Amino acid sequence: MPDGLVTLIKACCVLAFQMILVVVLIWFERKGAAYIQDRTGPNRAEIFGIRLAGLVHPVADVLKLVFKEEITPPHVRKFYFRLAPIVSLMVALLPLAVIPFADILPGDGGGFSFQTLNLNVGILYILAVSSFGVFGIIFAGWGSNNKYSMLGGMRASAQMISYELAMGLSIVGVLMVYGTLELNEMVRYQGGLLWGFLPRWGIFVQPIAAILFMTAAFAESNRNPFDLPEGESEIVGFHVEYSSMKFACFFVGEYGHIVVVSSIFTALFLGGWQIPWLPTPVLRENAGFATAALLLFGVVGGVVFAGLFGKWRGRLHELYTDRRKNEGQVWMICAAAIAVICAVILLAGFWRGLSPQGSLITAAVVQIICFMAKVVLVSFFFIWVRWTLPRFRYDQLMSLGWKNLVPLAIFNILITGFILLGVG
Amino acid sequence: MIKVPTPKMRWWEKIYLFEIVRGLCVTMGHLIRNIFVQKNIYTHQWPEEPKPLFPRLKARHRLTRRDDGTPKCTACYCCQTVCPAYCIHIVAEESPDGFVEKRPKQFEIDILRCVFCGYCVEACPEDAIRMDTGDAVIVSNHREDFILDLKFLLNGKGTEWRRSRRFEDHTIARPPATFGE
Repeated sequence: MPDGLVTLIKACCVLAFQMILVVVLIWFERKGAAYIQDRTGPNRAEIFGIRLAGLVHPVADVLKLVFKEEITPPHVRKFYFRLAPIVSLMVALLPLAVIPFADILPGDGGGFSFQTLNLNVGILYILAVSSFGVFGIIFAGWGSNNKYSMLGGMRASAQMISYELAMGLSIVGVLMVYGTLELNEMVRYQGGLLWGFLPRWGIFVQPIAAILFMTAAFAESNRNPFDLPEGESEIVGFHVEYSSMKFACFFVGEYGHIVVVSSIFTALFLGGWQIPWLPTPVLRENAGFATAALLLFGVVGGVVFAGLFGKWRGRLHELYTDRRKNEGQVWMICAAAIAVICAVILLAGFWRGLSPQGSLITAAVVQIICFMAKVVLVSFFFIWVRWTLPRFRYDQLMSLGWKNLVPLAIFNILITGFILLGVG
Repeated sequence: MIKVPTPKMRWWEKIYLFEIVRGLCVTMGHLIRNIFVQKNIYTHQWPEEPKPLFPRLKARHRLTRRDDGTPKCTACYCCQTVCPAYCIHIVAEESPDGFVEKRPKQFEIDILRCVFCGYCVEACPEDAIRMDTGDAVIVSNHREDFILDLKFLLNGKGTEWRRSRRFEDHTIARPPATFGE
């Protein structure tokens, strides 16, 4: 296959991953918020009685936003007004291009890498692209030609610029330790062990940098303790003039940004695709065991969930008289089918065994799953924090950024430098 | 002027990080508990689970009957007079049984005008009108359906209490308190 086509396919896969995760995150947001606040959350939207515990609601949202009337107020600066959502969405989609999803498969011509773009300045590219996020917000605020949007945009851009600095400085410490700008190299560095027992993840090597990066990431993606740009309950943000799909662009951009930031955090501090205590060569040798473990997990999980759904089915039959009562049955059959399929593959695998090519691919799949699981967990952390912490006041936000985070980051660089010199 | 003293923060509260972790633990506790035990969730799945209504709720009216089935109402106009919303309209006719003077020929309540104050129930000397149907949701697509006539008020469905688990102990089934015991 030509290289361009392969890159295109990779890009599509990454995009699909991000978009699906955005939908799941919206679901997390609503359902998680509901459970944290002792509510039930969305459970009404259904397709043929199947409600997926509220996962159908984001689909309904998208349909609503697509078919809503697009209003462009007559007083806006049209060029910037239309440019802003595009920039916001682009900035959220681009950085994932350099994130490695699994280790490079050995082969001719450098092998097959699970990165869309194999840049040797990956982290700089991410920083460069994510700084463009300010432009989306500035354009939206300025283009709306409305004093409140303007103020919102100014507020947001001031916040993003100040936290950009802390973020960049916190990464510097990590770069000093890893000694590379390429993300895949960084992740590979984290495969080793620290003091013989701890995985050499960034979060253990550079704890201060991890905390600083996380804080700055919250501010960068405009999430709760720092969500002054949006401030839905109190203040007017930069996107008041936007409606329907243009608003959805900002909305998806925000959640996409969470995915991006969690991916970067995972790659830099949580060992990326590394499975703790299981470096790539070991994993490739034991790919058969890994597959068997995964399939066994599938079998056990399928059986357990079939039982749970069976119980749930009874409750649904008590509660509902319409087609919603059948949902438990559908899921029970699905779980049972997964269990059966996993069992069949498992038994077939015992007869056949894995080819060397197959074991490589299996190892990559396991690593991809591991990476995605980490990203989902970190993304969930973003949502968890949103429903825990109150919002910062603007002056508190600025003083935290400039007076605490930036000095701490510089201090971290200094300490890292000293230690590196001492270790040699 | 009262000065409320600000509590002094300890060092671990000042660096804010440990307090964040504590807060996160609280919310995670709620999340996990509500996923596995749905008992503490306050949301009511209306209309699948009927909402518990308090027995004393002033809901849609009904007219009571005597033992022989005739309406207790004697068309005295007390309720119509006292109604602040002017929603009761009575037309009287002579009662054939010779026991009471009048009976209602028409008894109409415009439920859209009704403010559910309950004055009609208080004013009634015969205990002929009550608001104990528990019928709080009255829905129709036509304006005329909201004018309840004599027949509906006497026979209309929903005259049973919607008994709730929570309020079951205090329903009116309790015997009335008497003086001098």
